Amino acid sequence: MSCAQTIADYAFRSLGYGERLLPRSDFTLCQQFTLIGSGMIWNVYFGVLALLAGFALATVLALGKASTRAVLRKPAEWFVFVFRGSPLFIQFFFAYFLFQSLASGYPVLSGLTSAWAGALVVLFFNTSAYSAEIFYGALQSIPKGDTEAADAYGLSGWSRFRRVIWPTMLRLAWPAYTNEAIFLFHATTLVFVSGFPAIQQRGDALYYASYFADKTFNPFVPYPILAGYFIVLTLIVITLFNAINRRLNRHLPSDARRRVKYRPQLVR
Amino acid sequence: MFAYCTDPASLDGLAWLSCYLTTGKHMNFYWSFGTVLLLLAITAPTALLFGYAGASAARSTLAPLRWFGQIYMAIVRSVPDIVFFLFFVIALDQGIEYLRHVTLCPDWDQPVRQGNDFVVCTAAKMPLGNAPQWMHEIYGAGLAVLTFALVFGAFAANVLFGAMRAVPRAQLETAEAYGMTRRQVTRRVLVPQMWVYALPGLSNLWMVLIKATPLLFLLGVEDIVYWARELGGTKSPRFTDYPHGDWRVYYFGFLLLFYLAFTKVSEVVLSRLMARLTLGQATAGGEAQRKAA
Repeated sequence: MSCAQTIADYAFRSLGYGERLLPRSDFTLCQQFTLIGSGMIWNVYFGVLALLAGFALATVLALGKASTRAVLRKPAEWFVFVFRGSPLFIQFFFAYFLFQSLASGYPVLSGLTSAWAGALVVLFFNTSAYSAEIFYGALQSIPKGDTEAADAYGLSGWSRFRRVIWPTMLRLAWPAYTNEAIFLFHATTLVFVSGFPAIQQRGDALYYASYFADKTFNPFVPYPILAGYFIVLTLIVITLFNAINRRLNRHLPSDARRRVKYRPQLVR
Repeated sequence: MFAYCTDPASLDGLAWLSCYLTTGKHMNFYWSFGTVLLLLAITAPTALLFGYAGASAARSTLAPLRWFGQIYMAIVRSVPDIVFFLFFVIALDQGIEYLRHVTLCPDWDQPVRQGNDFVVCTAAKMPLGNAPQWMHEIYGAGLAVLTFALVFGAFAANVLFGAMRAVPRAQLETAEAYGMTRRQVTRRVLVPQMWVYALPGLSNLWMVLIKATPLLFLLGVEDIVYWARELGGTKSPRFTDYPHGDWRVYYFGFLLLFYLAFTKVSEVVLSRLMARLTLGQATAGGEAQRKAA
């Protein structure tokens, strides 16, 4: 079987298109590259959607946490504490079984028991909590002069937030937020090893990598392939976020800019 | 456990629950919390040791040793998380068996990798095929600890490396002026003084390490995740005296609470430790303490 044929068969296997059976013996490098790459579709899907939705919720949570009113502050603090204080792995398990018991009561929610929706919700909440902490820290370190200048120009309420506080918060938070984005993508590998099942063997990159490692009893091929895919993904994320960082800092003299430093953190 | 537990079917309410929660399997569940804490207690110092060795190597005046330390930190930190855990355990296992194979069976002529199989001679199996069950468990847990220590050691090395460089240069120069050798400076000044700079990074690492313990489940250790899944699943009256529905959500809710409490306690303890270490240091925190007193 040629490599082109393998790619045609397995490139979208993780979404359920193409050949139904996974290869069972005589594994070729091409098959491993194609299937693990096919699984990456799920990692990108989870990462991108959770990041986009999480950005909005994180801003709200950070503002809530910085609020002087306990009604707003307490829920935000608890949300951040619960999702940052417990392992993501346990959160996945808990959410899966919670969604299952909810779905038996309310059939409307049955979509949540499958990974594409349920795991996405967990990742969304999780990244919101971590990002909220970053944004909160940035809110606390907005230079006093900036807000005083906004006051002096007669800006208040929404327009002050929209024109001064929010852009400054993003600018200060961006290097740390870049790291958060990278770890979120890394964390997407946990989805199919936790409670959520891979229906009809439609899994993510790690799912296929461990499939190959189990079948061949040779970890030295699939895992480096997986690591390679992730390094590429990380480089793409860094490039995108650096472009945004440049845009956020475009008004500053070049030596005052905050550089993004890649500081890996291991497990969430 | 209790005397009235002999006929569980006749019990209900709290009495039933007290019997249910004290079955032999539940005792295993409670012990597995001990296992996790024990593994943490072994892993954390080992990782710190690896970290210290890595940081010292990276600071060495000997170029190859320095490169080794720097490469160790760079590689382990830039490869994504659980890939490492899954990869390392098999790789270490095969590495150990291969080394034993080469030394113990020199006249073995077949290749070790035969297609999809990894074949070593019987004498090289780790642990030996006739070893008791607990040996297998200890070996598995040992591999897991070693993997954790290797990975977290790289992060700790990075933290300690930064902390060693953060110790004010003047303090080291003072020690040198008193005629101490490089080794004495390290032992008497650098190491005692570096902790205040290392603690924020190390406490972060400790939090991450706590939250990484459920991954032991993936490495095949019978930990709390394993037992929560085992005990929570639906039990039919045919196989057990305590039938119940799918209770896994409660078990995992309990695990969630356990981890929240554990991180909270760690936070409190670490902030106290930080306050103790900051005492009298020439840092912003030390200055704040001096003013407050």
